[in-house]
Amino acid sequence: MTAHSHSAHHAADHATAHGDITLSGYLTGFGLSVILTAIPFWLVMTNALGDKSLTAVVILGFAAVQIVVHMIYFLHMNTRSEGGWSMLALIFTLILLVITMTGSLWIMRHLNTNMMPTHEMSRMQ
Amino acid sequence: MSINVNPAQAYEPIFYVVDEHEHPEGASTMLGFWIYLMSDCLIFAILFASFGVLGGNYAAGPAPKDLFDLPLVAINTSMLLLSSITYGFAMLSMQKSRVGATQAWLAITGLFGLAFIGIELSEFAHMIHEGATPQRSAFLSSFFTLVGTHGLHVTFGLVWLVTLMAQVWRHGLIEANQRRLMCLSMFWHFLDVVWIGVFTFVYLMGMLR
Repeated sequence: MTAHSHSAHHAADHATAHGDITLSGYLTGFGLSVILTAIPFWLVMTNALGDKSLTAVVILGFAAVQIVVHMIYFLHMNTRSEGGWSMLALIFTLILLVITMTGSLWIMRHLNTNMMPTHEMSRMQ
Repeated sequence: MSINVNPAQAYEPIFYVVDEHEHPEGASTMLGFWIYLMSDCLIFAILFASFGVLGGNYAAGPAPKDLFDLPLVAINTSMLLLSSITYGFAMLSMQKSRVGATQAWLAITGLFGLAFIGIELSEFAHMIHEGATPQRSAFLSSFFTLVGTHGLHVTFGLVWLVTLMAQVWRHGLIEANQRRLMCLSMFWHFLDVVWIGVFTFVYLMGMLR
């Protein structure tokens, strides 16, 4: 009984994993990726926005959107696959990623700002 | 007033299952491989973080503007993106149990991957020739570590791709090979996701510094 329901559950999982693979899905993902890649390159190469920090924020936004596009159309991520466990692992990883990235950049930037410049230190001696 | 509890009569907790229940072959492979990819993602997270911290320390050496060739990076990006879609076509052919088409698309994917690695290696060779070696500055150390780790992943992906093509050639599209191809699919698309971070964070934002 339990063995039967287990394998039936597995078969259902397998079906959804395969069912997500469609030609239109791949082509949509590819088309969106080309657009989301071309625009940041164009922005940086032509300096269309004129402001460097604004361009940086915009291209980071494009990268974030493109990562989501790849996750959905190429990696077939959804909340149902593997009973939600792959999504849970992804969320956990994203939390660690955000802590690592922002933590490192934030702390090291503050250290740099608060560090006494070397020429002042040599003057003190 | 004493309470006598007979251990046999009381509720006995079950600490482990005596009888092995059924595990269909490969039932947990996809989730396990996904968790591996997530741990790989953390490796890249710390490499991105160290590049973010060290990326501006040129030690009076060359800066991104002196080294990076954006049109070349754009070509490289398109190579990896094209290899992603051709791998997708291989998966679609696999679904239709067409061995020849699957092998052909896998071979095309491999060629795009090879082109990516070739362009990246020529870029590295050019940089090293100009004196921009990993030991030149903290920026270049973290650059070569991050981009090199990604390139190494693609290289191992290519080795895996050739191995699976041999497997399919030998045994056909049996269920085990389908599972392996799906794992490589996740690996390959994951490397493309990491490359989005690389071209944005390293190359494009490097040119903005």
